Amino acid sequence: MRNLLSLLYKYHYFILFVALQIICVLLMFKNKTYQSTAIFNSSNAVSSNLYSAVANSREYFGLKEENKKLAEENALLRSLMKSSFDILNNSEPVFIKNDSLFRKKYNYHAAKVINSTSNLDKNYLTLNIGSNQGVLKDQAVINSEGVVGVIKDVSANFSTATSLLHKEQKIICKVKKDGSYGPLSWDGSDYRYATLTDIATHVRLVIGDTICTSAISDYFPEGINVGVVEKFERKQGDAFYTVKVRLKTNFKKLNYVYVIGNNYRAEKDSLEKLLSNPIKIK
Amino acid sequence: MISEIAKNSLRFLILVLLQTLIIKNIALGTYFVPLPYIMFLLMLPFETMPLLVLILSFVIGLTVDVFYDSQGIHASACVVLGFARFYSLKLLSPREGYEVTMKPTVQMMGNAWFLYYALPLILTHHLFFFFLEEFGFEDAEFTLLKVVGSTFVTFVFVYIFQFLFYRKDGIAA
Repeated sequence: MRNLLSLLYKYHYFILFVALQIICVLLMFKNKTYQSTAIFNSSNAVSSNLYSAVANSREYFGLKEENKKLAEENALLRSLMKSSFDILNNSEPVFIKNDSLFRKKYNYHAAKVINSTSNLDKNYLTLNIGSNQGVLKDQAVINSEGVVGVIKDVSANFSTATSLLHKEQKIICKVKKDGSYGPLSWDGSDYRYATLTDIATHVRLVIGDTICTSAISDYFPEGINVGVVEKFERKQGDAFYTVKVRLKTNFKKLNYVYVIGNNYRAEKDSLEKLLSNPIKIK
Repeated sequence: MISEIAKNSLRFLILVLLQTLIIKNIALGTYFVPLPYIMFLLMLPFETMPLLVLILSFVIGLTVDVFYDSQGIHASACVVLGFARFYSLKLLSPREGYEVTMKPTVQMMGNAWFLYYALPLILTHHLFFFFLEEFGFEDAEFTLLKVVGSTFVTFVFVYIFQFLFYRKDGIAA
Protein backbone atom coordinates (compact mmCIF):
# COMPACT_ATOMS: atom_id res chain seq x y z
CA MET A 1 0.00 0.00 0.00
CA ARG A 2 2.78 2.37 0.91
CA ASN A 3 4.52 1.50 -2.29
CA LEU A 4 1.38 2.24 -4.22
CA LEU A 5 0.98 5.60 -2.51
CA SER A 6 4.58 6.54 -3.13
CA LEU A 7 4.17 5.48 -6.74
CA LEU A 8 1.08 7.66 -7.02
CA TYR A 9 2.95 10.53 -5.44
CA LYS A 10 5.91 10.08 -7.75
CA TYR A 11 3.79 10.23 -10.87
CA HIS A 12 1.05 12.57 -9.64
CA TYR A 13 1.89 15.08 -12.37
CA PHE A 14 1.48 12.53 -15.13
CA ILE A 15 -1.65 11.08 -13.50
CA LEU A 16 -3.35 14.48 -13.37
CA PHE A 17 -2.39 15.04 -17.01
CA VAL A 18 -4.00 11.78 -18.04
CA ALA A 19 -7.08 12.47 -15.92
CA LEU A 20 -7.62 15.89 -17.52
CA GLN A 21 -7.14 14.43 -20.99
CA ILE A 22 -9.75 11.79 -20.24
CA ILE A 23 -12.23 14.52 -19.25
CA CYS A 24 -11.49 16.34 -22.52
CA VAL A 25 -12.01 13.20 -24.59
CA LEU A 26 -15.28 12.50 -22.77
CA LEU A 27 -16.41 16.04 -23.58
CA MET A 28 -15.50 15.60 -27.23
CA PHE A 29 -17.52 12.42 -27.58
CA LYS A 30 -20.45 13.45 -25.42
CA ASN A 31 -21.42 16.26 -27.76
CA LYS A 32 -24.30 14.28 -29.21
CA THR A 33 -26.49 14.57 -26.13
CA TYR A 34 -27.93 17.94 -25.30
CA GLN A 35 -27.79 17.85 -21.50
CA SER A 36 -24.10 17.23 -21.30
CA THR A 37 -23.15 20.10 -23.55
CA ALA A 38 -25.60 22.80 -22.56
CA ILE A 39 -23.08 24.46 -20.24
CA PHE A 40 -20.11 23.95 -22.51
CA ASN A 41 -21.26 25.68 -25.66
CA SER A 42 -22.00 29.22 -26.65
CA SER A 43 -25.72 28.97 -25.86
CA ASN A 44 -24.97 29.09 -22.12
CA ALA A 45 -25.87 32.21 -20.16
CA VAL A 46 -22.44 33.81 -19.73
CA SER A 47 -21.08 33.52 -23.24
CA SER A 48 -24.37 34.15 -24.99
CA ASN A 49 -24.99 37.35 -23.03
CA LEU A 50 -21.47 38.50 -23.79
CA TYR A 51 -21.95 37.75 -27.46
CA SER A 52 -25.31 39.56 -27.41
CA ALA A 53 -23.66 42.68 -26.05
CA VAL A 54 -21.00 42.60 -28.76
CA ALA A 55 -23.55 41.89 -31.50
CA ASN A 56 -25.72 44.75 -30.26
CA SER A 57 -22.94 47.26 -30.54
CA ARG A 58 -21.78 45.93 -33.87
CA GLU A 59 -25.27 45.97 -35.31
CA TYR A 60 -25.16 49.73 -35.81
CA PHE A 61 -22.42 49.48 -38.38
CA GLY A 62 -24.52 47.30 -40.69
CA LEU A 63 -27.87 49.09 -40.39
CA LYS A 64 -27.79 50.65 -43.84
CA GLU A 65 -27.13 47.38 -45.61
CA GLU A 66 -29.61 45.55 -43.42
CA ASN A 67 -32.31 48.09 -44.28
CA LYS A 68 -31.67 47.60 -47.96
CA LYS A 69 -31.94 43.83 -47.62
CA LEU A 70 -35.20 44.11 -45.68
CA ALA A 71 -36.64 46.51 -48.21
CA GLU A 72 -35.74 44.14 -51.02
CA GLU A 73 -37.33 41.27 -49.19
CA ASN A 74 -40.47 43.31 -48.50
CA ALA A 75 -40.70 44.06 -52.18
CA LEU A 76 -40.41 40.37 -52.99
CA LEU A 77 -43.07 39.45 -50.43
CA ARG A 78 -45.39 42.17 -51.71
CA SER A 79 -45.04 40.78 -55.19
CA LEU A 80 -46.23 37.42 -53.84
CA MET A 81 -49.23 38.89 -52.04
CA LYS A 82 -52.71 38.05 -53.19
CA SER A 83 -53.31 41.68 -54.11
CA SER A 84 -50.48 41.46 -56.61
CA PHE A 85 -52.33 38.84 -58.58
CA ASP A 86 -55.24 39.24 -60.86
CA ILE A 87 -57.68 36.60 -61.97
CA LEU A 88 -56.96 35.51 -65.52
CA ASN A 89 -60.34 36.09 -67.01
CA ASN A 90 -62.37 38.55 -64.99
CA SER A 91 -65.58 38.19 -66.94
CA GLU A 92 -66.48 34.91 -65.23
CA PRO A 93 -65.20 33.42 -61.96
CA VAL A 94 -62.99 30.44 -62.79
CA PHE A 95 -62.39 29.14 -59.29
CA ILE A 96 -62.46 30.35 -55.73
CA LYS A 97 -59.32 29.83 -53.73
CA ASN A 98 -60.39 28.46 -50.38
CA ASP A 99 -57.76 28.97 -47.71
CA SER A 100 -58.89 26.05 -45.57
CA LEU A 101 -57.69 23.74 -48.33
CA PHE A 102 -54.16 24.68 -47.48
CA ARG A 103 -52.47 23.45 -44.36
CA LYS A 104 -49.71 25.49 -42.82
CA LYS A 105 -46.52 23.52 -43.09
CA TYR A 106 -43.78 25.93 -42.08
CA ASN A 107 -43.43 28.39 -39.21
CA TYR A 108 -40.97 31.27 -39.37
CA HIS A 109 -39.24 32.87 -36.40
CA ALA A 110 -37.08 35.95 -36.88
CA ALA A 111 -33.78 35.81 -35.01
CA LYS A 112 -30.60 37.77 -34.69
CA VAL A 113 -27.19 36.18 -35.10
CA ILE A 114 -25.18 37.15 -32.05
CA ASN A 115 -22.10 35.14 -32.91
CA SER A 116 -20.81 33.41 -35.99
CA THR A 117 -17.61 32.25 -37.57
CA SER A 118 -16.72 31.54 -41.15
CA ASN A 119 -12.99 30.90 -41.02
CA LEU A 120 -12.88 27.54 -39.23
CA ASP A 121 -13.46 23.99 -40.49
CA LYS A 122 -16.59 23.68 -38.44
CA ASN A 123 -18.46 26.93 -38.19
CA TYR A 124 -21.35 27.63 -35.86
CA LEU A 125 -23.81 30.44 -35.22
CA THR A 126 -25.41 31.53 -31.99
CA LEU A 127 -28.93 32.97 -32.26
CA ASN A 128 -30.80 35.12 -29.76
CA ILE A 129 -33.94 32.98 -29.61
CA GLY A 130 -34.41 29.61 -27.95
CA SER A 131 -36.98 27.10 -26.78
CA ASN A 132 -39.07 29.83 -25.11
CA GLN A 133 -39.58 31.34 -28.55
CA GLY A 134 -40.37 28.00 -30.15
CA VAL A 135 -37.02 26.94 -31.56
CA LEU A 136 -36.36 23.21 -31.68
CA LYS A 137 -33.33 21.15 -32.56
CA ASP A 138 -32.84 20.46 -36.29
CA GLN A 139 -34.91 23.39 -37.53
CA ALA A 140 -33.67 25.20 -40.62
CA VAL A 141 -31.98 28.60 -40.58
CA ILE A 142 -32.11 30.89 -43.61
CA ASN A 143 -31.78 34.60 -44.26
CA SER A 144 -33.08 36.81 -47.02
CA GLU A 145 -30.18 35.76 -49.26
CA GLY A 146 -30.37 32.00 -48.85
CA VAL A 147 -29.63 28.97 -46.72
CA VAL A 148 -27.62 29.53 -43.53
CA GLY A 149 -27.63 26.35 -41.45
CA VAL A 150 -29.44 23.96 -39.11
CA ILE A 151 -30.19 24.37 -35.37
CA LYS A 152 -27.92 22.21 -33.24
CA ASP A 153 -28.58 22.94 -29.56
CA VAL A 154 -31.28 24.99 -27.87
CA SER A 155 -31.37 26.63 -24.45
CA ALA A 156 -34.21 28.67 -22.97
CA ASN A 157 -33.41 31.95 -24.76
CA PHE A 158 -30.58 31.13 -27.13
CA SER A 159 -29.72 28.50 -29.66
CA THR A 160 -26.69 27.38 -31.62
CA ALA A 161 -26.74 26.28 -35.23
CA THR A 162 -24.29 24.46 -37.46
CA SER A 163 -23.54 26.72 -40.36
CA LEU A 164 -23.68 25.49 -43.94
CA LEU A 165 -19.93 26.07 -43.64
CA HIS A 166 -19.40 22.97 -41.51
CA LYS A 167 -17.43 20.04 -42.84
CA GLU A 168 -19.93 17.44 -41.68
CA GLN A 169 -23.05 19.33 -42.67
CA LYS A 170 -24.82 18.02 -45.77
CA ILE A 171 -27.97 19.56 -47.20
CA ILE A 172 -29.90 18.06 -50.10
CA CYS A 173 -30.14 20.61 -52.88
CA LYS A 174 -31.44 20.53 -56.42
CA VAL A 175 -30.78 22.19 -59.72
CA LYS A 176 -33.76 24.52 -59.93
CA LYS A 177 -34.54 24.12 -63.61
CA ASP A 178 -34.87 20.33 -63.72
CA GLY A 179 -35.06 19.15 -60.12
CA SER A 180 -32.18 16.67 -60.06
CA TYR A 181 -30.79 16.68 -56.57
CA GLY A 182 -27.69 15.76 -54.61
CA PRO A 183 -25.96 16.52 -51.31
CA LEU A 184 -24.31 19.92 -50.92
CA SER A 185 -21.25 19.98 -48.69
CA TRP A 186 -18.46 22.35 -47.81
CA ASP A 187 -14.80 21.42 -47.99
CA GLY A 188 -13.54 23.79 -45.33
CA SER A 189 -11.56 26.14 -47.54
CA ASP A 190 -13.44 29.09 -49.04
CA TYR A 191 -16.53 30.54 -47.37
CA ARG A 192 -17.95 31.64 -50.73
CA TYR A 193 -18.14 28.22 -52.38
CA ALA A 194 -19.65 24.83 -51.65
CA THR A 195 -19.72 21.58 -53.59
CA LEU A 196 -22.78 19.81 -54.94
CA THR A 197 -22.19 16.17 -55.87
CA ASP A 198 -24.19 13.30 -57.40
CA ILE A 199 -25.76 15.31 -60.22
CA ALA A 200 -26.32 12.89 -63.11
CA THR A 201 -24.36 13.69 -66.26
CA HIS A 202 -27.44 13.83 -68.46
CA VAL A 203 -28.49 17.03 -66.74
CA ARG A 204 -27.66 19.96 -69.02
CA LEU A 205 -25.93 22.23 -66.56
CA VAL A 206 -25.02 25.77 -67.55
CA ILE A 207 -22.77 28.06 -65.57
CA GLY A 208 -25.06 30.40 -63.69
CA ASP A 209 -27.84 27.87 -63.06
CA THR A 210 -29.62 28.36 -59.76
CA ILE A 211 -29.22 25.77 -57.01
CA CYS A 212 -31.96 25.70 -54.39
CA THR A 213 -33.19 23.47 -51.59
CA SER A 214 -35.12 20.36 -52.52
CA ALA A 215 -38.41 19.04 -51.15
CA ILE A 216 -36.52 15.85 -50.25
CA SER A 217 -34.90 17.75 -47.41
CA ASP A 218 -37.47 17.84 -44.66
CA TYR A 219 -35.58 20.66 -42.93
CA PHE A 220 -35.83 23.37 -45.54
CA PRO A 221 -38.92 24.42 -47.49
CA GLU A 222 -38.52 23.76 -51.18
CA GLY A 223 -36.95 26.39 -53.35
CA ILE A 224 -34.85 28.40 -50.90
CA ASN A 225 -31.89 29.86 -52.76
CA VAL A 226 -28.50 28.31 -52.12
CA GLY A 227 -26.32 29.63 -54.89
CA VAL A 228 -25.41 29.50 -58.56
CA VAL A 229 -23.26 27.09 -60.55
CA GLU A 230 -19.75 28.46 -60.81
CA LYS A 231 -18.03 25.46 -62.39
CA PHE A 232 -18.84 21.81 -62.98
CA GLU A 233 -16.75 18.84 -63.92
CA ARG A 234 -16.98 15.11 -64.32
CA LYS A 235 -14.17 13.39 -62.52
CA GLN A 236 -12.38 10.48 -64.22
CA GLY A 237 -14.48 7.33 -63.92
CA ASP A 238 -17.34 9.12 -62.23
CA ALA A 239 -20.91 8.92 -63.48
CA PHE A 240 -21.83 12.18 -61.82
CA TYR A 241 -20.96 15.84 -62.03
CA THR A 242 -19.19 17.60 -59.19
CA VAL A 243 -20.53 21.15 -59.15
CA LYS A 244 -18.83 24.10 -57.56
CA VAL A 245 -21.56 26.38 -56.22
CA ARG A 246 -21.09 30.06 -55.48
CA LEU A 247 -23.16 30.59 -52.33
CA LYS A 248 -25.76 33.35 -52.27
CA THR A 249 -25.48 33.86 -48.52
CA ASN A 250 -22.68 36.10 -47.35
CA PHE A 251 -21.48 34.22 -44.27
CA LYS A 252 -19.22 37.07 -43.27
CA LYS A 253 -22.19 39.36 -42.77
CA LEU A 254 -24.92 37.39 -41.08
CA ASN A 255 -27.21 39.58 -39.06
CA TYR A 256 -30.90 38.72 -39.14
CA VAL A 257 -32.04 35.19 -39.96
CA TYR A 258 -35.24 33.17 -39.96
CA VAL A 259 -35.60 29.88 -38.13
CA ILE A 260 -38.05 27.61 -39.92
CA GLY A 261 -39.99 24.88 -38.18
CA ASN A 262 -41.74 22.15 -40.14
CA ASN A 263 -45.07 21.33 -38.48
CA TYR A 264 -45.18 17.87 -40.00
CA ARG A 265 -41.64 16.70 -39.44
CA ALA A 266 -42.29 14.77 -36.24
CA GLU A 267 -45.05 12.86 -37.98
CA LYS A 268 -42.88 12.12 -40.99
CA ASP A 269 -39.95 11.09 -38.79
CA SER A 270 -42.00 8.71 -36.70
CA LEU A 271 -43.36 7.12 -39.86
CA GLU A 272 -39.92 6.74 -41.39
CA LYS A 273 -38.55 5.27 -38.19
CA LEU A 274 -40.64 2.19 -38.89
CA LEU A 275 -38.52 1.44 -41.95
CA SER A 276 -35.84 -1.19 -41.49
CA ASN A 277 -33.12 1.29 -42.52
CA PRO A 278 -34.41 4.77 -41.67
CA ILE A 279 -33.74 7.55 -44.17
CA LYS A 280 -31.55 10.29 -42.76
CA ILE A 281 -31.44 13.41 -44.83
CA LYS A 282 -30.98 17.03 -43.99
CA MET B 1 2.13 37.18 -4.26
CA ILE B 2 -1.44 38.44 -4.15
CA SER B 3 -0.71 40.95 -6.88
CA GLU B 4 0.83 38.14 -8.93
CA ILE B 5 -2.46 36.24 -8.73
CA ALA B 6 -4.43 39.38 -9.60
CA LYS B 7 -2.16 40.13 -12.54
CA ASN B 8 -2.47 36.63 -13.91
CA SER B 9 -6.25 36.58 -13.46
CA LEU B 10 -6.48 39.86 -15.32
CA ARG B 11 -4.28 38.49 -18.07
CA PHE B 12 -6.52 35.41 -18.26
CA LEU B 13 -9.58 37.60 -18.69
CA ILE B 14 -8.02 39.94 -21.23
CA LEU B 15 -6.58 37.14 -23.35
CA VAL B 16 -9.80 35.11 -23.38
CA LEU B 17 -11.87 38.15 -24.34
CA LEU B 18 -9.35 39.20 -26.96
CA GLN B 19 -9.30 35.72 -28.45
CA THR B 20 -13.03 35.07 -28.49
CA LEU B 21 -14.37 38.51 -29.35
CA ILE B 22 -11.74 39.91 -31.69
CA ILE B 23 -9.14 37.45 -32.92
CA LYS B 24 -11.78 34.80 -33.61
CA ASN B 25 -13.22 37.11 -36.25
CA ILE B 26 -9.92 37.83 -37.95
CA ALA B 27 -9.62 35.82 -41.14
CA LEU B 28 -6.05 35.57 -42.36
CA GLY B 29 -6.78 32.63 -44.67
CA THR B 30 -7.30 28.93 -44.16
CA TYR B 31 -3.76 28.17 -43.12
CA PHE B 32 -3.38 30.94 -40.56
CA VAL B 33 -5.47 30.60 -37.42
CA PRO B 34 -3.94 32.65 -34.61
CA LEU B 35 -4.55 31.34 -31.08
CA PRO B 36 -2.52 33.73 -28.93
CA TYR B 37 -4.58 33.14 -25.76
CA ILE B 38 -2.22 30.25 -24.96
CA MET B 39 0.27 32.97 -24.08
CA PHE B 40 -1.42 32.99 -20.67
CA LEU B 41 0.15 29.59 -19.98
CA LEU B 42 3.53 30.64 -21.33
CA MET B 43 3.55 33.73 -19.12
CA LEU B 44 2.78 32.04 -15.80
CA PRO B 45 5.60 32.70 -13.31
CA PHE B 46 8.46 30.18 -13.19
CA GLU B 47 7.63 29.13 -9.65
CA THR B 48 3.99 28.20 -10.43
CA MET B 49 3.34 24.65 -9.29
CA PRO B 50 3.26 22.25 -12.27
CA LEU B 51 -0.03 20.80 -11.03
CA LEU B 52 -1.56 24.26 -10.95
CA VAL B 53 -0.30 24.90 -14.50
CA LEU B 54 -2.11 21.76 -15.65
CA ILE B 55 -5.34 22.78 -13.97
CA LEU B 56 -5.12 26.32 -15.33
CA SER B 57 -4.47 24.91 -18.82
CA PHE B 58 -7.64 22.89 -18.53
CA VAL B 59 -9.63 25.87 -17.28
CA ILE B 60 -8.51 28.31 -19.98
CA GLY B 61 -8.96 25.66 -22.67
CA LEU B 62 -12.47 24.89 -21.52
CA THR B 63 -13.33 28.60 -21.32
CA VAL B 64 -12.25 29.12 -24.92
CA ASP B 65 -14.06 25.90 -25.92
CA VAL B 66 -17.30 27.39 -24.65
CA PHE B 67 -16.92 30.34 -27.01
CA TYR B 68 -15.72 28.26 -29.95
CA ASP B 69 -18.35 25.51 -29.49
CA SER B 70 -15.53 23.02 -29.80
CA GLN B 71 -16.21 20.77 -26.78
CA GLY B 72 -12.90 19.92 -25.18
CA ILE B 73 -10.58 20.34 -28.16
CA HIS B 74 -8.98 23.54 -26.88
CA ALA B 75 -8.89 22.13 -23.34
CA SER B 76 -7.14 18.98 -24.49
CA ALA B 77 -4.50 20.85 -26.52
CA CYS B 78 -3.92 23.33 -23.68
CA VAL B 79 -3.40 20.53 -21.16
CA VAL B 80 -0.77 19.07 -23.50
CA LEU B 81 0.88 22.49 -23.62
CA GLY B 82 0.78 22.82 -19.82
CA PHE B 83 2.28 19.37 -19.50
CA ALA B 84 5.08 20.12 -21.95
CA ARG B 85 5.85 23.49 -20.34
CA PHE B 86 7.25 21.74 -17.26
CA TYR B 87 9.83 19.86 -19.34
CA SER B 88 10.61 22.83 -21.53
CA LEU B 89 11.38 24.98 -18.49
CA LYS B 90 13.52 22.21 -17.02
CA LEU B 91 15.47 21.90 -20.24
CA LEU B 92 16.03 25.64 -20.66
CA SER B 93 16.75 26.44 -17.02
CA PRO B 94 20.02 28.29 -16.30
CA ARG B 95 22.67 26.30 -14.41
CA GLU B 96 21.82 27.90 -11.10
CA GLY B 97 18.06 27.66 -11.63
CA TYR B 98 15.53 30.43 -12.11
CA GLU B 99 15.68 33.41 -9.79
CA VAL B 100 12.57 34.60 -8.01
CA THR B 101 12.61 37.93 -9.82
CA MET B 102 12.79 36.32 -13.26
CA LYS B 103 9.73 36.19 -15.50
CA PRO B 104 9.38 34.18 -18.73
CA THR B 105 9.31 37.24 -20.97
CA VAL B 106 11.32 38.53 -23.90
CA GLN B 107 12.49 41.52 -21.93
CA MET B 108 13.74 39.43 -19.03
CA MET B 109 15.13 36.36 -20.74
CA GLY B 110 16.11 37.67 -24.15
CA ASN B 111 14.93 36.89 -27.67
CA ALA B 112 16.83 33.62 -28.11
CA TRP B 113 15.61 32.12 -24.86
CA PHE B 114 12.04 33.15 -25.61
CA LEU B 115 12.20 31.65 -29.10
CA TYR B 116 13.45 28.32 -27.74
CA TYR B 117 10.81 28.42 -25.03
CA ALA B 118 7.69 29.62 -26.85
CA LEU B 119 8.02 28.28 -30.39
CA PRO B 120 8.24 24.52 -29.58
CA LEU B 121 5.41 24.85 -27.07
CA ILE B 122 3.17 26.72 -29.50
CA LEU B 123 4.00 24.14 -32.18
CA THR B 124 3.10 21.29 -29.81
CA HIS B 125 -0.18 22.93 -28.93
CA HIS B 126 -1.10 23.61 -32.55
CA LEU B 127 -0.12 20.11 -33.67
CA PHE B 128 -2.48 18.63 -31.10
CA PHE B 129 -5.16 21.21 -31.67
CA PHE B 130 -5.45 20.99 -35.44
CA PHE B 131 -5.18 17.21 -35.62
CA LEU B 132 -7.86 16.93 -32.94
CA GLU B 133 -10.01 19.40 -34.82
CA GLU B 134 -9.54 17.43 -38.05
CA PHE B 135 -10.01 14.21 -36.09
CA GLY B 136 -7.82 11.99 -38.21
CA PHE B 137 -4.84 11.90 -40.49
CA GLU B 138 -6.68 11.77 -43.81
CA ASP B 139 -5.75 15.27 -44.85
CA ALA B 140 -2.46 15.32 -42.97
CA GLU B 141 -0.68 17.52 -45.49
CA PHE B 142 -3.33 20.22 -45.28
CA THR B 143 -3.42 20.02 -41.49
CA LEU B 144 0.37 20.22 -41.22
CA LEU B 145 0.46 23.33 -43.39
CA LYS B 146 -2.22 24.79 -41.15
CA VAL B 147 -0.16 23.91 -38.07
CA VAL B 148 2.96 25.57 -39.46
CA GLY B 149 1.17 28.69 -40.68
CA SER B 150 -0.81 29.10 -37.47
CA THR B 151 2.24 28.53 -35.28
CA PHE B 152 3.93 31.34 -37.13
CA VAL B 153 1.07 33.84 -36.71
CA THR B 154 0.43 32.84 -33.10
CA PHE B 155 4.09 33.39 -32.31
CA VAL B 156 4.01 36.82 -33.94
CA PHE B 157 0.91 37.73 -31.91
CA VAL B 158 2.46 36.43 -28.69
CA TYR B 159 5.68 38.31 -29.37
CA ILE B 160 3.78 41.57 -29.93
CA PHE B 161 1.60 41.03 -26.86
CA GLN B 162 4.76 40.72 -24.78
CA PHE B 163 5.20 44.43 -25.20
CA LEU B 164 1.57 45.06 -24.26
CA PHE B 165 1.70 43.18 -20.98
CA TYR B 166 5.19 44.06 -19.84
CA ARG B 167 7.09 47.28 -19.46
CA LYS B 168 10.52 47.61 -20.89
CA ASP B 169 12.28 46.86 -17.62
CA GLY B 170 10.56 43.48 -17.51
CA ILE B 171 8.25 44.30 -14.63
CA ALA B 172 4.72 43.20 -15.30
CA ALA B 173 2.46 46.12 -16.05
